[in-house]
Amino acid sequence: MGILANKNTRLIVQGITGSAGRFHAKQMLEYGTRLVGGVTPGRGGETAEGVPVFNTVQEAVQNTGANATVIYVPALFASDAVMEAASAGIKLIVVITEGIPPLDMIRVKLFLEKFPDVRLIGPNCPGIITPGECKIGIMPGYIHQRGPVGVISRSGTLTYEAVWQLTQLGLGQSTCIGIGGDPVQGMNFVDCLELFRSDAETEAVVLIGEIGGSAEEQAAAYIEKDFKKPVIAFIAGLTAPPGKRMGHAGAIISGGSGKAEDKIARLERAGVTVSRSPAEIGNTLKERLSYLVKRIS
Amino acid sequence: MKLHEYQAKELLAKFGLPIQSGGVAESVEEALEVAKKLASRELVVKAQVHAGGRGKAGGIALVSSEAELKDAAKRILALKLKTAQTAGEGIRVSKILIETRADIVKELYLGITIDRERGLPCIIFSTSGGMEIEELARRSPEKIIKLHFDPVIGLAEFRARELVLSQGLPLVLVQVITRLAKVFVDLDCSLLEINPLAIGSKGQVTLVDAKIILDDNGLARHPELEGLRDEKEEDSREIEASKFGLSYVGLDGTIGCMVNGAGLAMATMDLIKLAGGEPANFLDVGGSATTEKVTAAFKIILRDPRVKAVLVNIFGGIMKCDVIAQGIIDALKEVKMTVPLVVRLEGTNVEKGKELLKHSKISIITASELKEAAEKVVTSIHGHPRQ
Repeated sequence: MGILANKNTRLIVQGITGSAGRFHAKQMLEYGTRLVGGVTPGRGGETAEGVPVFNTVQEAVQNTGANATVIYVPALFASDAVMEAASAGIKLIVVITEGIPPLDMIRVKLFLEKFPDVRLIGPNCPGIITPGECKIGIMPGYIHQRGPVGVISRSGTLTYEAVWQLTQLGLGQSTCIGIGGDPVQGMNFVDCLELFRSDAETEAVVLIGEIGGSAEEQAAAYIEKDFKKPVIAFIAGLTAPPGKRMGHAGAIISGGSGKAEDKIARLERAGVTVSRSPAEIGNTLKERLSYLVKRIS
Repeated sequence: MKLHEYQAKELLAKFGLPIQSGGVAESVEEALEVAKKLASRELVVKAQVHAGGRGKAGGIALVSSEAELKDAAKRILALKLKTAQTAGEGIRVSKILIETRADIVKELYLGITIDRERGLPCIIFSTSGGMEIEELARRSPEKIIKLHFDPVIGLAEFRARELVLSQGLPLVLVQVITRLAKVFVDLDCSLLEINPLAIGSKGQVTLVDAKIILDDNGLARHPELEGLRDEKEEDSREIEASKFGLSYVGLDGTIGCMVNGAGLAMATMDLIKLAGGEPANFLDVGGSATTEKVTAAFKIILRDPRVKAVLVNIFGGIMKCDVIAQGIIDALKEVKMTVPLVVRLEGTNVEKGKELLKHSKISIITASELKEAAEKVVTSIHGHPRQ
């Protein structure tokens, strides 16, 4: 089944007439995603990459029955785009945009409390893909292969690295979710693990974390209490110096907390196998699950 | 973006918060000018640097006469104080803040930051001000009160009142607290810290010290505050990098790296260490690695005299490997590579990319896998892998 994104997803692109929106709309269509329209205020009535453009998300939903959106809107306008989507009845909101002020995300999440069945992914994320079925975001489709491994990651290209290793080892993916690199975000590791827990197709999970915050520690607590499927992880930033933002807004060790070694220790205590090298993510899962590879081949 | 104390205080004053009268000086002469305009002879002279621990380093002086002021100004303006950015060396103090001394009977602590886990801004308050909050959190966590608040509503006055009354403090503090919460939200801060927040003998409130860090993403909403940046306090390579849309952090090692993606860039640093090397930097060249960006990245990395080899690690997704390879080749026409260069490409059009590198006239060591790339770059310096 995959989680969240599947062949029933009817997607719109907010910001479709911008260069990123347009480019990725085309890529998603080529992958087979059901892209049904786009939104750019003032450009309603046009067509972009073969799909109709609307002035508002409300119009888009009324005309296309869209239930998901991917947002390529500039940082200072993106939080408004999220709230508009939720208000129009969109249930899955994926925000690619980087640079959104954290207070905006805080306000968005408080707003979304009125819409408890809305799932927010991101911001500052590559998106979500259920291989062979639905790609929402900027990830290269070809590196993915369908299979039993769920992937949850705070990163972009590091996720592609891990997925590529998995694919080459015959360990296909059920759904890959990029939750993004920002400190205040939508779905976190635990939210995704909950969905993977009840997904029959997913038999194991790969978790890719990094320094900053306590999302990995929260994941560890959930895993040891309530998640029986095998989990392996890689945590980037063992060599990151304290107090410095390492690219991602959320990747910072502050006041002594958020260190990679602490996350690794906590995850291992919860029974997660943690690869110390980014080159060994695929192999770490393979070793943990040697029976799965035999079954596929 | 960090602000100096005097800049933070100027902003806070605009929001109606109580600060001491004072002024900034860059020389002894200016210091005397500032002092003439102040109502008292009892003054405090404070080094204006982004570093903490100024007091211990001799960067704060109490003066009671013109002679003492001259001495203090002269001494402090000649100080080199260490900052987090310039670990090892120091930054010469170029500005001092001269203020009238506050009447202090009680020192409180008030900090505001974003609690990531709760997804809300949070006020951290303690009646044990004047000391390091982390120290206090360690020693007496029960003395710290946390108040999360909704940024849309702000901190409601009744909650500030509850806090103030429960601590037996004067009610005049209520508006100070709600205004500080407003500043945090209105200016998109990532940290606002008043330590000490002082109560005087007549129950008056003064913000004796103020620290503000503006959120880097939020700064885009406040272009007028960009002018408060003190580039002397920042790593010039980081400043250069951000002009090109690159993310750069300098480290201590000898292996420079250039990677697309922050997570992969951190992982590449980790990988270098695992292979027995030491990363010289973190550099995320971003999702659209143009020749211009790659050129800028190489130049910034090579400015570090400690760099003895460079590793480029690119996973091309939408960005094709042959396009990146051409970008690297073109960049190396402008930048002379004087140390070994290892390039690892993977992803779209990787074979085309590798062919381009092979046939270029530049000496490039290529690698296909991550582990191989790290080992090759370490070997290029040490002559052999070091595990």
